[in-house]
Amino acid sequence: MTGYIIRRILALIPVLLGVSFLVFLILYLAPGDPALIILGPKANATSLAQLRHDLGLDQPFLIQYLRWLWRVLQGDWGRSIQLKREVLPLILTRFQATAYLTLFSALLAILFGIPAGIISATHQYSLLDRVSMVGILIGFSMPVFWLGILLQIFFSIYLGILPVSGMQSPNQQGFPDLLRHLVLPSMALATGAAVIIARMTRSSMLEVMQQDYIRTARAKGQIERLVIYRHALRNALIPIVTVIGLQVGYLLGGDILVEIVFSWPGIGLLMMNGIMARDFPLVQGAILLVASSYVVINLIVDILYSYLDPRIHYQ
Amino acid sequence: MNNELEDVGLLDTASEVEGLTEQVKTPVQQSLFQVIWRRLRKDKLALLGAFWLIFVILVSLLAPILAPHDPLEINLRLRLLPIGTPGHFLGTDDLGRDILSRLIWGGRISLLVGFSAVLFAMTAGTLIGLLTGFYGGWLDTIIMRLIDILMAFPAILLALAIVAALGPGLEHAMLAVAIVGIPYYTRIVRGSVLALRELEYILAAHALGSDKWHIIATHLFPNSLPPLIIAATLDVGWMIMFAAGLSFLGLGAQPPAAEWGIMLSEGHKFIRLAPHASIVPGLAIFLVVLSLNFLGDGLRDALDPHLRR
Repeated sequence: MTGYIIRRILALIPVLLGVSFLVFLILYLAPGDPALIILGPKANATSLAQLRHDLGLDQPFLIQYLRWLWRVLQGDWGRSIQLKREVLPLILTRFQATAYLTLFSALLAILFGIPAGIISATHQYSLLDRVSMVGILIGFSMPVFWLGILLQIFFSIYLGILPVSGMQSPNQQGFPDLLRHLVLPSMALATGAAVIIARMTRSSMLEVMQQDYIRTARAKGQIERLVIYRHALRNALIPIVTVIGLQVGYLLGGDILVEIVFSWPGIGLLMMNGIMARDFPLVQGAILLVASSYVVINLIVDILYSYLDPRIHYQ
Repeated sequence: MNNELEDVGLLDTASEVEGLTEQVKTPVQQSLFQVIWRRLRKDKLALLGAFWLIFVILVSLLAPILAPHDPLEINLRLRLLPIGTPGHFLGTDDLGRDILSRLIWGGRISLLVGFSAVLFAMTAGTLIGLLTGFYGGWLDTIIMRLIDILMAFPAILLALAIVAALGPGLEHAMLAVAIVGIPYYTRIVRGSVLALRELEYILAAHALGSDKWHIIATHLFPNSLPPLIIAATLDVGWMIMFAAGLSFLGLGAQPPAAEWGIMLSEGHKFIRLAPHASIVPGLAIFLVVLSLNFLGDGLRDALDPHLRR
């Protein structure tokens, strides 16, 4: 088991290197001179050339990448042009807010998606199943930013029971207040993931329910609830966990849109401000952090498989 | 015979078996298109999706005739009029522009972005998938590792990175959305080619001395099409939603253009005063994406009867 985990972690290194290379390449190819952005349009040619030299911008691409990577590994992620602050502490602070939103949404998606999929599978072709399948397609077709706006209109403006935006009320603090602010953005973000989890749970359960051991369990007189939860669900979990892992990535991406709708002070909002201001060190750092988190989440999912199915790490 | 047809996925219900027995008496050759259509027309949701999509495409194409007002015409005396106002059936936005007219014209951009991004991604992905799947070796290894790296990014993040580099704008957003879609098609086509290339008729084509490009063009590509068609149908909706998302963020189409994502973003600033200004364009995106999903699901069932929802 330990060997398997070490192998998976080692396999992560080239992927993370690839991700860092792509992030650097994309922003390297961006038009515009970073020295000019930092010094402003009134800078003279000498000071621009000096700054380009100081920043290493006159070096070949590969040297620039390796230097940048070395600094990143040492914790120096550059300095935000717009906010005049170190990038790493800035994005880590904002990432905390994003993590709250992503994890809470993932929890909601799992809590809704898995039971919905089980109910649908155990009542295959019933009215309930058909309604839930259409519901899944409806949920899947809703743009996350529009769903967020609809929730704001209904719960915040029409009913007035939940805050319309932000992460904290001015005069209130603490977990209950955070929870109240989390509900709507999480609902918006979780819907897409929940319907995909429900759909995968349904098809995976339907496949498992055809197996001989399920028939044997029933023949032994096992009560249906135990057949479903102890025998079927446990064996149906692998593809469900895969989809959950993929959906956490989707949540990290969709999160950017939801953060804009709800003015949630996470990394997405910070990144958008950085893009608009062409603050490349900030954008580079934010993209690298989110993409790396996505890769690490996928690793955790891979390792989780071997707990769910002990046969996997022997392969 | 019926069993054989069921095995190759051309029959799926008892009634179809009976229908076929009738046909055996007077043999009728059915093309793949006819088989798909026969199945698809029984799927009410897929038909509904197809009709709605055709309706939206027609309305968008006829925008100059159908739109009651100029979508860019500003009239500050008519700001934020509600739905049902005479002369402005869906009301007006914060600059007094007619929402219905903007919606009709906006369909052009949103549909164009969705379809062209899919076309670009599908063409590039298919080409890469055919070559990597057919040739294998170092070409396959290098390209598939690159694809793995692209797929290591959440899609919207990669699109944001590309738009951040190129700068905001409709063309850049379209390109970003298309690039993000390439790995998806590459994997689908490569998977099909890997399965097909070891089949006997491909080996026979090799043995007969067929040119490699001939094998790719006449055997591998046509046989990779069914999964590609399903994926593309489902993907157009996703691309439309994606591009609207980029416009909503201010990175896609730019104001004052009439585009559904921009309309949503502008309407969002006035949700307390005029919620309809953001509900209506969002509903338009939602219905088009839903219709494409209904159609895509129907097509998948029609092309693969073993796969039941």
